[in-house]
Amino acid sequence: MGKTFAEKVLGKAAGMDVSAGQIVTVAPHFCMSHDNAAPIAKIFGEIGVKKVWDASRLVFILDHAIPAPTDKHAQNHKVIREFVEEQGISNFYDVTSEGGVCHQVMCEKGFALPGLVMVGSDSHTCTYGAFGAFSTGIGRTEMAATWATGQIWFKVPDSLKIVVKGEFRKGVSAKDLILKIMGDIKSDGADYMSVEFHGPAIENMSLASRMTLCNLGIEMGAKNAVCPPDEKVMQFISDKAKSSEWEAIWSDDDAYYEKVLEYDLSDIEPGVAKPHTVDNYATVAESKGIGIEQAFIGTCTNGRIEDLEEAASILKGKKVAVRTIVIPASWEVYREAMKKGIMDVLLDAGCVIGNPGCGPCMGNHEGILAPGETCISTANRNFKGRMGNKESFIYLASPATVAASALKGEISDPREVL
Amino acid sequence: MKSNIVKGRTWVFGDDVDTDLIYHNKYLAITDPKEMPQYAFEYYPGKEHFAREVKEGDVVVAGKNFGCGSSREHAVYCLKEGGIPVVLAESFARIYYRNAVNNGYPVLVVPGVSSKFSDGDDIEINLETGEVINLTTGEKMHGDAVTDLEKDIMSHGGLIEYLKAQAARKN
Repeated sequence: MGKTFAEKVLGKAAGMDVSAGQIVTVAPHFCMSHDNAAPIAKIFGEIGVKKVWDASRLVFILDHAIPAPTDKHAQNHKVIREFVEEQGISNFYDVTSEGGVCHQVMCEKGFALPGLVMVGSDSHTCTYGAFGAFSTGIGRTEMAATWATGQIWFKVPDSLKIVVKGEFRKGVSAKDLILKIMGDIKSDGADYMSVEFHGPAIENMSLASRMTLCNLGIEMGAKNAVCPPDEKVMQFISDKAKSSEWEAIWSDDDAYYEKVLEYDLSDIEPGVAKPHTVDNYATVAESKGIGIEQAFIGTCTNGRIEDLEEAASILKGKKVAVRTIVIPASWEVYREAMKKGIMDVLLDAGCVIGNPGCGPCMGNHEGILAPGETCISTANRNFKGRMGNKESFIYLASPATVAASALKGEISDPREVL
Repeated sequence: MKSNIVKGRTWVFGDDVDTDLIYHNKYLAITDPKEMPQYAFEYYPGKEHFAREVKEGDVVVAGKNFGCGSSREHAVYCLKEGGIPVVLAESFARIYYRNAVNNGYPVLVVPGVSSKFSDGDDIEINLETGEVINLTTGEKMHGDAVTDLEKDIMSHGGLIEYLKAQAARKN
């Protein structure tokens, strides 16, 4: 019997042959924290260890509320800067034009690498699987303990294989696929599991689209989600890799899977997740005409250059009917969008552009909804009250669907305007 | 030595109770766990009064996938510090479960539990054996066993205390 990706990577990290169900202790290659590095530093202080086990393996990226919108946030940021100084942490992305949403920065700066074990104190840490890493979100206490000891325990997860073939039809993208998958298997459909994406359609997908798929892994309950470390990954990391410890690792053809699912992209239609759960799937065709007050394009799910390009192609030469907030996932994306003229297209259409960061995704600032309002968003969560008001409604969709909907002020099919 | 028997009243919740429903984003900048219980379940439809009316020793009972969503530990602290001795659910989201264990907070997987309790039922739980009794209806059920490592971490009161004990043993 062959091995799954999770069995191979965790086995390598633990220095032994392992199978699903076994408990292993491993040293993570990188530990990522965002604004919550402040409370983690406090817990770390309680352990009684003076120095973190290896400062070069810690990465801090401020993104949740930047620049600080309240004095509480400002205080947390200050604590982080002091901790960075005291511990000598060089991988620190403060409020700076090098920064952005933590998961985007981890990928574009070359921390996310094949075969590495990576943990982050954020549930969407599973995004780095797009580059072939085993990456998973952990809580604050566990992160503080990992800083102190350099070790973390995992139960080697069972695996779910999702095989994807075919080609997207016009106006349909990776977000539509993953919304459909979540609708099918539900928000606990991959609980505790390692989700492996396989098949020719995954190989054809851009790294940005693979990030969208892996990003939503946690919304199915997965421990991690991963795509094959192929030539596209190798090319991307060739001049960026922040570690030489990586190795291209992939599952064996005869590995054992708890479940195997198959999808053909030509069957996928533009879709949405209706309020208030991510697995509340409907096609856009079924949801057409639902009124919206706000459209939001951005986040670690869909704030990359291909997403902004897709939105711009729909908005070019037209005017949005509702307030439309665009927040590039990082300053690198922002700069590229400027160079490509995408920003002009978006501004001409009436969109406002925010500074890279999480923005209104979790209701901190920059686009909170009023009671009774509906937002269509490219983010990954539509929980009740997620965007700051519990009497508001969030529909999740692709950048194309959000852009098409912004034009009409109601949920609209991008295929009709492309 | 704390007793392994917990007795209280139940508050019953549905499936897929996400971390925003347990403890909303709006209060994430708070770092002192003692300040968190006042916001517990503020966004849960029909349970907005939870924080005001909950009594020390009350027990949270939920359906499948409790704690899905964010990795925020506030969602554990707001119940632990609020005097809820244990959460029972048909299943827990992975990060929530781990956060609970790492904070020495008892969470128990009990198949079918949410359909066997109504709000305000009297409950008795043996945290050692996993036996659960609905004292109002008389129905008995059983929680799933936990791994030895989890037991060990829990018995120390959480991961930090567990690590300190390990370090002390080495010295």
